[in-house]
Amino acid sequence: MTSPLDQKKIKITGPAVVTANRVGDGAVVYRSPDGGWTTELDGAAIATDAAIARTLVAAASGDDLNAIGPYVAPVKLLPGGGVWPGNLRELIRHGGPTIELPPVLGA
Amino acid sequence: MYVYDAFDRKLVTERVNDFRDQVARRLSGELTEEEFKPLRLMNGVYLQLHAYMLRIAIPYGTLSSLQLRQLARVARKYDRGYGHFTTRQNIQFHWIKLAELPDAMAELASVGMHGMQTSGNNVRNITTDQWAGVAPDEIADPRIWAELIRQHVTLHPEFSFMPRKFKIAVGASHHDRAALRIHDLALRLHRNAAGETGFEVMVGGGLGRTPYLALTIKPFLPTRDVLSYVEAVLRTYNQFGRRDNIWKARIKILVHDLGAETFAKEVDTEWQSIKDGALALDRAVVTEIAGRFRYPAYEKLDDSPKELAQARHDDRRFDAWVKNCVTNHKVPGYAIVTLSLKPEGGTPGDATAAQMDEIAGLADRYSFGEIRVGHEQNLVLPHIAQRDLPALWRALDAIGLALPNVNSITDIISCPGLDYCSLANARSIPIAQEITRRFRDLDTQRELGRLHINISGCINACGHHHVGHIGILGVEKNGEEFYQITLGGKADENATLGTLIGPAVPFAQVADVVEDIAAAYLALRQRPDELFIDTVKRTGIEPFRERVYAAR
Amino acid sequence: MPLVENGQVVPDRYVYVGEDEPIPDRVPVIVPAKRFLDNADALIGRDGSLGVAWPNDRRVAELAPWLGHLALVALQFPKFRDGRAYSQARLLRETYGFGGTLRATGDVLRDQFQFLVRAGFNSFEVRKPADAGVFAEAVRRYSVFYQASADGSVPAQRRRLQRTAAGDP
Repeated sequence: MTSPLDQKKIKITGPAVVTANRVGDGAVVYRSPDGGWTTELDGAAIATDAAIARTLVAAASGDDLNAIGPYVAPVKLLPGGGVWPGNLRELIRHGGPTIELPPVLGA
Repeated sequence: MYVYDAFDRKLVTERVNDFRDQVARRLSGELTEEEFKPLRLMNGVYLQLHAYMLRIAIPYGTLSSLQLRQLARVARKYDRGYGHFTTRQNIQFHWIKLAELPDAMAELASVGMHGMQTSGNNVRNITTDQWAGVAPDEIADPRIWAELIRQHVTLHPEFSFMPRKFKIAVGASHHDRAALRIHDLALRLHRNAAGETGFEVMVGGGLGRTPYLALTIKPFLPTRDVLSYVEAVLRTYNQFGRRDNIWKARIKILVHDLGAETFAKEVDTEWQSIKDGALALDRAVVTEIAGRFRYPAYEKLDDSPKELAQARHDDRRFDAWVKNCVTNHKVPGYAIVTLSLKPEGGTPGDATAAQMDEIAGLADRYSFGEIRVGHEQNLVLPHIAQRDLPALWRALDAIGLALPNVNSITDIISCPGLDYCSLANARSIPIAQEITRRFRDLDTQRELGRLHINISGCINACGHHHVGHIGILGVEKNGEEFYQITLGGKADENATLGTLIGPAVPFAQVADVVEDIAAAYLALRQRPDELFIDTVKRTGIEPFRERVYAAR
Repeated sequence: MPLVENGQVVPDRYVYVGEDEPIPDRVPVIVPAKRFLDNADALIGRDGSLGVAWPNDRRVAELAPWLGHLALVALQFPKFRDGRAYSQARLLRETYGFGGTLRATGDVLRDQFQFLVRAGFNSFEVRKPADAGVFAEAVRRYSVFYQASADGSVPAQRRRLQRTAAGDP
C-alpha cells in the first residue's frame, strides 16, 4: 500500500487510530487513550475526525523514546464491538506476514 | 576464500562497540530517532513493517561453513529461526530486537561478519558472480578486486554521506553472471588486444523508478589504477549527484543528465590528479590481498569418473539433478553445485537455521568448507569432486535441497514485499508461491526451459523485475493489489529492460497470466530449444499481449 | 555553539562577518565566499587573519588560487547527511595542499567526528554542547582504517606490509 509515512495532510474518511513501531523491538503498536502504547488494536484510541487525529499524532510524535514514526491509519469498527484494521497494509501489520513462517520449534 | 587478519577483525569489533554505544544512547533518549536512523542504517539495521531487520553483508557472496553456522545460530537465538538471502548476496534477519542487536552483531563479528554499509548512502556490498574463482570462463578471480575495493570503501571518511546508495559489481568473464549493467558502477575484468589485464568501467546502471543500464565510460583501465579511478567516480558523484530529490539522487541520473562523455571527462579530470598518488596499486599490495584468498588443495582427479556415469544411468532423479544443478568447474574432476532455495510453496531465498547447519556440514564434507550466495537467491557449493556427487545428492535430497529447478520458471527471484517491507505496495511472496504450485510438475518446467521470473513488491525494484524474462511489479490501485507484467528483460551481458505488456492485473489473476504466457511461448517457439527469452525477442510482445488480455 | 580544536572546547578567535557588515581591524575574520571573491585583494592585504566560509555546492578549485593567503576555510554541513564538504575538505588538503585551519560548520554531530578528522578538518563548530565534551573520546573509537587520509593515519594495508616486511605472520 502507498506508504503513509509521508502523510502531510491528515484527512480521514472514517474511524482511525495512530500507529507506530515500538522502539525496543519494532513491534506494531497503537496509541492508547492514556497516552501510552498498546499492541492490542482494541485498546487503541479511536479518532473520529481529522482534528482529533491530528492531536493524537502530534502527541505521539513527541514520544520518540517509545515509538517511531507515528501516523494515522484507518480502522473498521465491527458491529459486535471491536476494531479491525482498515486496509491491507494495516491488516498485515496487525496480523503479521500473510505467509506461513517456518515453525520456531526445532528450527 | 579471504581470511580476515587482525586488522580486519579489529575494525569489525570497533564497529560493534561503536554501535553498542549508539544503541544505548538511543534507548536512553540521548539520541533521537532522526539522529539514530542514519547511524543504524550504516550498520544495516532497517525498521520494517513488523520489526527491525538486520542485513548482514556476505562480501562477494562467499561464506565459510563456520560463518554459515554462526548465521544459523543468530537466526535461532535472536530471530525466528530463519534468514533470507537477497538479490545482492546479503542475508537478512527480519525479527531482531534493537537491544539485542549489539550482541547479535558481536557474535557475527567473531566470525568476521557485519552489517556495515548494507544500508545508508554509502558504498554497499560489492557483488560478483557466485562462481567466481571456479568458473572455467573467467580470466581471473574477481573477488580479489572486490575485496580490495571493499576495504577501500569501508568507513571511508569521504564517501559515507553520499547523495544516495552506491552499488558496485565486479565480473571477470564475458558471460555476465553478476548483472553488471544494473549497477551504479561495474567493473569487468578482461584482456585487451595486447594481452594486458584491465577493467571495462561502466557507470550509471540502476533499476527503480527510472531504470537505466550502465554506460561504458572507460573501455580499458589498467588494474593498477582501479582504486584511484573508483575514488574519482565516487568523488564526482559525492559532489555533483542530486540531493534535492530522493528519486533523482542515484548516479544514474547524473550520468544520464550530463551524458556519458561529459561525465567521463569530469571523472578523468579528477582521476588525473590522483592516479599516481597513494591509491596507485603496487604489486605488493595486490599480492598481499590475493595471498589471503585461500584456495582448496584440489586433488588431481579425472573428469567424468565412471562411478558418476553409472549413478546417472541407475537413477533418473539423480541424473535430472546433475543436468540441472551441476555445472563445469575449471579444475578437472570437480564440479559446481547449485542448491535451489525455491521449494514449491516456499519463500524464495529463505533458509531455516536447520538447513543452514546442514549445508554447512555438507560444505565441510564435500566443498572444502565453502558456500556461495548468488544474486538469484540460491546457494552454491563451489568445490565438489565429481566422484562425490552421488553422495552429496543423496544428502541434499534427504533434506529437500535437491530440487532440480535452477533457472526454471519456478526458480523465482523475489523481494520480501508487503508481507515484510514498509516500502512495498503489494505482496510478492504469495505470488511466487502460487506460481511454483501451478508449475510444480518437473516435466513442465523442463519443457519450458530457462525462464527467469522476477517479482518486486514496489517500484524500488529489489526483485530486479525490470530485467526478468517475465517481470512482475506490484502496485496499488484503490486499496487493492495489482501487478504490472513486463516481458523480455535480461540481466546478462546483453542486458535489456523488459517491456510492459498491458494494464496491471489483480492479485488473483497473476498466476493465470503466467500460465497464459507460458502457453503462448510453447505455441510460438520455432523449435523446442528456442529459449523463452529468444522467442520473445523474435516475436515481440504483441502475441503474448494478445493472449494474456484476450479474455481480460 | 562550542568550538572544538585539539580535542577541547576553545574560545573562537574568529568573527563571522556578513555580506554587508563592516570588517573589524586586526581581528581574525571569516567572510562569506561571494564577499571574498569580490574583494580578494583588499581582504588579503588587510591586517589580520582571514578566513572564508565556502558553500558546499561550489567547487573549491575556485578558491584554490588564494589558499596561500587564507588562515582558515569554513566548510558547510547543512544537514549531517549532506556529505559534500568531505570531498571539499580532502581536495583542499590533498590536492591543493591547504595547510591552514579547516573548520566544519553546520550540523556537526559527534558520530561524524572521526570521519571529519580523517577528511582533514581540525576545527569543529559542534552543534550540541554535550558532544563537544566527548570529542576526544569519539575520535578514538576506531584504530584501524583501511584508507590513507588527510589526518595521516596509517592505512591497514601499509601496516600489513610493514608487518610482513618485519617478518611477523
